[in-house]
Amino acid sequence: MKPTNIQDPEYFHKVVDCQYACPAHTPVPEYIRLIAAERYTDAYMINWESNVFPGILGRTCDRPCEPACRRGRVEDEPVAICRLKRVAADNKSDVLDRMPEIPEIKNGKKIALIGGGPASLTVARDLAPLGYEIHLYDEWNKGGGMMRTQIPAFRLPESVLDEEVNYILDMGISTHFNTYVSSLKEVLDQDYDAVFIGTGAPKGRDLHLPGREEAGPRIHIGIEWLASVAFEHTKSIGKKVIILGGGNTAMDCCRTSRRLGGEDVKVVVRSPFNTMKASPWEIEDAQSEDIPIYNNMPPKEFVVENGQLKGVLFEKVEAVYDEKGKRNLVPTGEPDVFFEADDVIIAIGQDNAFPWIERDLGIEFGKWDLPVLNKTTFQSTLPKVFFGGDAAFGPENVITAVAHGHQAAISVDLFCRGKDLWERPSPMTNLVSQKMGIHEWMYDSAVVSDIRYAVPHADKKKTLTNRKVEVELGFDQQLGFKEAQRCLNCDVQTVFNTSRCIECDACMDICPTSCITFTTNGKEEDLRGRLLAPAEDLSQDLYISDILKTGRIMVKDENVCLHCGLCAERCPTAAWDMQKFFYNVTKASSECLTPIPA
Amino acid sequence: MSYVKPVFSHPDLPANKVGYRKRDYEGAISTLCAGCGHDSISGAIVQACYELSIEPHRLAKLSGIGCSSKTPTYFLSNSHGFNTVHGRMPSVATGATMANKDLLYLGVSGDGDSASIGMGQFVHVIRRNLNMVYIVMNNGCYGLTKGQDSATADFGSISKGGSQNHFQPIDLVGMALELRASFVARSFSGDKKQLVPLIKLALSHPGFAFIDVLSPCVTFNNNVGSTKSYEFIRDHLEYPAPADYVPKAKEITVDYAAGTGTLVTLHDGSTLRLDKLAGDHDPSDHLNALRRHHEAVANGEILTGLLYMNKESETLHQLFNTVEVPLNSLRETELMPGTAALEKINQLFR
Ligand SMILES: Cc1cc2nc3c(=O)[nH]c(=O)nc-3n(C[C@H](O)[C@H](O)[C@H](O)COP(=O)(O)OP(=O)(O)OC[C@H]3O[C@@H](n4cnc5c(N)ncnc54)[C@H](O)[C@@H]3O)c2cc1C
Ligand SMILES: Cc1ncc(C[n+]2csc(CCOP(=O)(O)OP(=O)(O)O)c2C)c(N)n1
Ligand code: SF4
Ligand code: SF4
Ligand code: SF4
Ligand SMILES: [Mg+2]
Repeated sequence: MKPTNIQDPEYFHKVVDCQYACPAHTPVPEYIRLIAAERYTDAYMINWESNVFPGILGRTCDRPCEPACRRGRVEDEPVAICRLKRVAADNKSDVLDRMPEIPEIKNGKKIALIGGGPASLTVARDLAPLGYEIHLYDEWNKGGGMMRTQIPAFRLPESVLDEEVNYILDMGISTHFNTYVSSLKEVLDQDYDAVFIGTGAPKGRDLHLPGREEAGPRIHIGIEWLASVAFEHTKSIGKKVIILGGGNTAMDCCRTSRRLGGEDVKVVVRSPFNTMKASPWEIEDAQSEDIPIYNNMPPKEFVVENGQLKGVLFEKVEAVYDEKGKRNLVPTGEPDVFFEADDVIIAIGQDNAFPWIERDLGIEFGKWDLPVLNKTTFQSTLPKVFFGGDAAFGPENVITAVAHGHQAAISVDLFCRGKDLWERPSPMTNLVSQKMGIHEWMYDSAVVSDIRYAVPHADKKKTLTNRKVEVELGFDQQLGFKEAQRCLNCDVQTVFNTSRCIECDACMDICPTSCITFTTNGKEEDLRGRLLAPAEDLSQDLYISDILKTGRIMVKDENVCLHCGLCAERCPTAAWDMQKFFYNVTKASSECLTPIPA
Repeated sequence: MSYVKPVFSHPDLPANKVGYRKRDYEGAISTLCAGCGHDSISGAIVQACYELSIEPHRLAKLSGIGCSSKTPTYFLSNSHGFNTVHGRMPSVATGATMANKDLLYLGVSGDGDSASIGMGQFVHVIRRNLNMVYIVMNNGCYGLTKGQDSATADFGSISKGGSQNHFQPIDLVGMALELRASFVARSFSGDKKQLVPLIKLALSHPGFAFIDVLSPCVTFNNNVGSTKSYEFIRDHLEYPAPADYVPKAKEITVDYAAGTGTLVTLHDGSTLRLDKLAGDHDPSDHLNALRRHHEAVANGEILTGLLYMNKESETLHQLFNTVEVPLNSLRETELMPGTAALEKINQLFR
């Protein structure tokens, strides 16, 4: 194999598994260390730079970082990255003086943002400090999009949402709330230099089964129902409730039902339990609120008597996989099951819908009626129109909407400056030795063996009677410190200097996880098979040195490196060094804030 | 400075036949200088015991005094251990082996510990063919006491302070061969590929197995002009015949059996393969071993590998026809067989 090019920032970026997996590439280990150092405000700002909504995400993020966390490969559970973010948000001091300055003199360009969800808000956050005049439209009376209309208050208190949404709206954004945009043409006819569409995937799927029409008002579409609860149009529900569907929306619907009067609340999914789309922790939380989940039961009929909903009839099936691995739900032949219900909530998915976009504007639509977009620039086929968030490629989550927002903002900025949209700014990187003394490091290199700490919950008696009482209490500072210590500091990189190595084997011998091997070079597949420990995880890179004096090379399998620094401590010649790698995705921030010529 | 090793190990490293992982053979974090050759030898011992599936409680490690003699703290922390006084490890080892023949004995010593203060003990333990492995971590100096020349320092070798050694070295390998040690090998701390199989072989050998391992002292004897530095050793290594250890459970392939190599069967049924193509060295030929070794010394080369092995080696236990079991498992009935038995013995002297 060729020697690893550590000059390429993506090599070390990939070693920081969590950051690499985060759509917005939040510098996770950096903020975790700051939490351990009780520097909560600094930790918050590192987050805010990258993901814009640390307090919100610290409670609700889908956390793609956690399955990627290296800790999960050396023991049972990853670091509680998401809930640590909340520790930063809960314990920070005032951050207003750290917010970017908004120039009084604008740059002369005017942008419309349609939809007030996290995608649009991120675009606003990135562009307002550059002097853009920004107009944000949303059909509701406040900003936040689905973070406000969908995510229930017992998971995300309104105060947290308001705070973080307002940091952005206070940047001089002109808001047009209670304004449903019914024609894109009308928007384009105004003098906007660019338009960003972040209208989400606002249509909940219905289920057309016998009895659907007759049962009428007792059958609800999940996301519509949640929105109406959020705006307090709906304040109660029947005692017996059935939720159809197995995603996160279903989990929010059933838990909300429990708080609005539902006593016998059931979730019924058509397929096997282990294929449910909801996040495991959401399922756990629902179950701990005494909500049973029935699986392998597709609904057949809404049973209605005398115009009154009685319940739902379910078929019993099992999952059978054919040779190609395709799943079929095959009836088991058991008798159908009837569950009584006063109300049924259908939570089986969301669709995009753009009834308000005229089809003759030059914006092409493709599969599933989604706009045809460039995946890097988020530009549509009409150059001045950009999409992001759920509106771009279908429903995802908040952090993805944020990541889209950052990229779209870069594109809008380049577009308004008449530049090539492909000349995107490179990430900001830095690599600094952590050496303090012969065997001393600037980071806490010891690896603790604590298992993952659980986030304490509020008393169920309290939370189930008031839908606004937050269930999770969050880690306090002490628990936060302990959990933070579980982080392996994957951003503190092991950096190898071939010319210094005397091949004494000290690093290879000391490495607790057998990462390092000195051997003769070969093809990757061959090398992976003859290292000290088999390197079977192909997604994890091998770090290859130049040729050493004996003709061998140093190979390090990055997979389960604990970043403990022992290799560097035992190295007599400092051929290994521990160096902190900082990687920040560059946001739209043009070199100058000078007015852009018209 | 780290004082403890993380508890985690590589999840894909399998347990050996007796259910232990490699980490189970490690010891406390080393306090030797970073890069010390002795640490690599510890690493090789860990690897060899793991690969041999030795149950840690079936092994006793013994040592004298010195950086080298400190190393038993850094490997096999689940095994028995005895840190004796300077140069006296062989006496304690003799007592231990005689008392309990069920354990494997691994002695670790230094060139100071064996070739200076412990020389008398060293030569006699060879004579007795005690059933043990005896590793000398040979760095040509007294590392622990700040690097004075030891008795194995080569003539003319220059110390870190710049002074030249005016004495002829004591050649431990030559001496062991001369004394007909039943197993004599030499290796280099920086060459695990050779050292690990040699340690495995030595642990399987009945009788006294001596391995002289050149092991650079990075702090006091790794300078230009030293003949025990990483660089000098690497430049002067000679391999007579690479050895490969084939455990008895592994089927000896036709390739091996009918090939050009020499197969040596050990007492436990495992096999040593010597690749003939790489040299014409037959380790059972004592005279040849002596000749090759002396030739290498004369040529300024460092001959490494298995130099000599007596296939008919008889341990002290065999020579003395000792009881089959450890002494501490003998019960009163066996130790005091009664007047009838005594009478029988007395009859022999009448
Ligand atoms: C029940 C539920 C729970 C969820 N829980 C989580 C969670 O815990 N964590 C997570 O990360 N994600 C969660 N999500 C997903 C997440 O809310 C969305 O992925 C995210 O909000 C998408 O952001 P966005 O900016 O693309 O659009 P949205 O947040 O959908 O915002 C779009 C806004 O535009 C408005 N709008 C639409 N069309 C128009 C128009 N024509 N004119 C004016 N306004 C318009 C909408 O009313 C809305 O306010 C959940 C989703 C649902 C349905
Ligand atoms: C009876 C006695 N004499 C002298 C010493 C001092 N002393 C300690 S270690 C040592 C030499 C060790 O040399 P070596 O065995 O080569 O070990 P190394 O440190 O080089 O590995 C000496 C002389 C002692 N501890 N005890
Ligand atoms: S151990 Fe820490 S730095 Fe490494 S992946 Fe997990 S959270 Fe990220
Ligand atoms: S930091 Fe070095 S010693 Fe520690 S696990 Fe990684 S490679 Fe091994
Ligand atoms: S002084 Fe020499 S022998 Fe002792 S630990 Fe240091 S390098 Fe090793
Ligand atoms: Mg010595």
